[in-house]
Amino acid sequence: MIIAERKPMEEIKGFVADKKKVCVIGCRGCVTVCNAGGTKEVEVLASLLRLDSSKNDSPLQVDEFTLERQCDPEYIDEVSHLMDKRYDAILSMACSIGPQFLSRRYPAERVYPVLNTCFLGGALAHGIWAEHCQACGNCIIHKFGGLCPISRCSKSLLNGPCGGSSGGKCEVSKEIDCVWQLIVEKILQEGKMDDFMKIDLVKDWRSSRDGGPRKIVRQELLK
Amino acid sequence: MTAELAVNIAWEPKIIAFCCQYCAYSAADMAGSMRLQYPTDVEIVLIPCTGRFDVILALRAMEKGADGVYVAGCLEGNCHFLDGNIRARKRVNFLKGELKNIGFEPERIEMFNLSASQGPRFAEIARDFTNRITELGPSPAKKVRNF
Repeated sequence: MIIAERKPMEEIKGFVADKKKVCVIGCRGCVTVCNAGGTKEVEVLASLLRLDSSKNDSPLQVDEFTLERQCDPEYIDEVSHLMDKRYDAILSMACSIGPQFLSRRYPAERVYPVLNTCFLGGALAHGIWAEHCQACGNCIIHKFGGLCPISRCSKSLLNGPCGGSSGGKCEVSKEIDCVWQLIVEKILQEGKMDDFMKIDLVKDWRSSRDGGPRKIVRQELLK
Repeated sequence: MTAELAVNIAWEPKIIAFCCQYCAYSAADMAGSMRLQYPTDVEIVLIPCTGRFDVILALRAMEKGADGVYVAGCLEGNCHFLDGNIRARKRVNFLKGELKNIGFEPERIEMFNLSASQGPRFAEIARDFTNRITELGPSPAKKVRNF
């Protein structure tokens, strides 16, 4: 899933500094699962903004709404009734796709991203998320013991480990496991080192960002 | 006497205490049975475990005019649901940071631990926290509403 985290409060306060009426819109997709922009987080942020503004002479009106998903047009349509209320700002608590979809659908609105979209990852434990994919568009993890060297190696090496690997950790940080240490251990455990040592063709990076912004069209799903 | 001064003299803190039914709530009962005095500014909200406490409960209380909020749970290691009180403490600490971010004193929210048999301790916590909030003064959110 997409992992995101809320922007610092100071930055969000800057978004609403000169506003009188705003709406915080959450998303029940990935950002709910990573506890960044679901119904609960929308409630908390709205409450904090109301409390913050209640110190001033003109308290800020903060409304709340949470969509099923902000990355699908049919759900974006569900907030059309809110757009008649003439908000000074829409604060989107989705990954950066949400505010982009809201802006496109409602061009007259000023939409602000309240979350920083961080990476594609999974939960290692409740409250801990780690990057596991870089969406290169050409998955090869089966060749690396089920581990992704693109996203989990600091240098995205396909022929590691590098000289920065020490004691199973990456030189970038002792918090980061050297994925190449893990890959080699896994390959040895599986007894497939001979296969692993075969020279592979250069990875085709056109499916990654090197080919520009990507799009998938599936004819069988089109109306 | 100015209106502001009149309000200041009349002001008494409004405090919401989220109390676990297995410890603090029973301790409050005991404090009552023992005829122990504690400030009437504290309003108790029964919760089944402090693990039920959520940041939004405290924020809503503060939005509705509470000057301070505290959560009272079992002694650490004695939670009926194993770690509800540990989780509550983390949430309280998280909220302290959030309050600081919006210019509120983090001391307006606190976590306490006590057992069901500590009626006098319950009264002491209620008195100490009320004193703390009295010293801090009205909630920053309240100033506009009052004056």
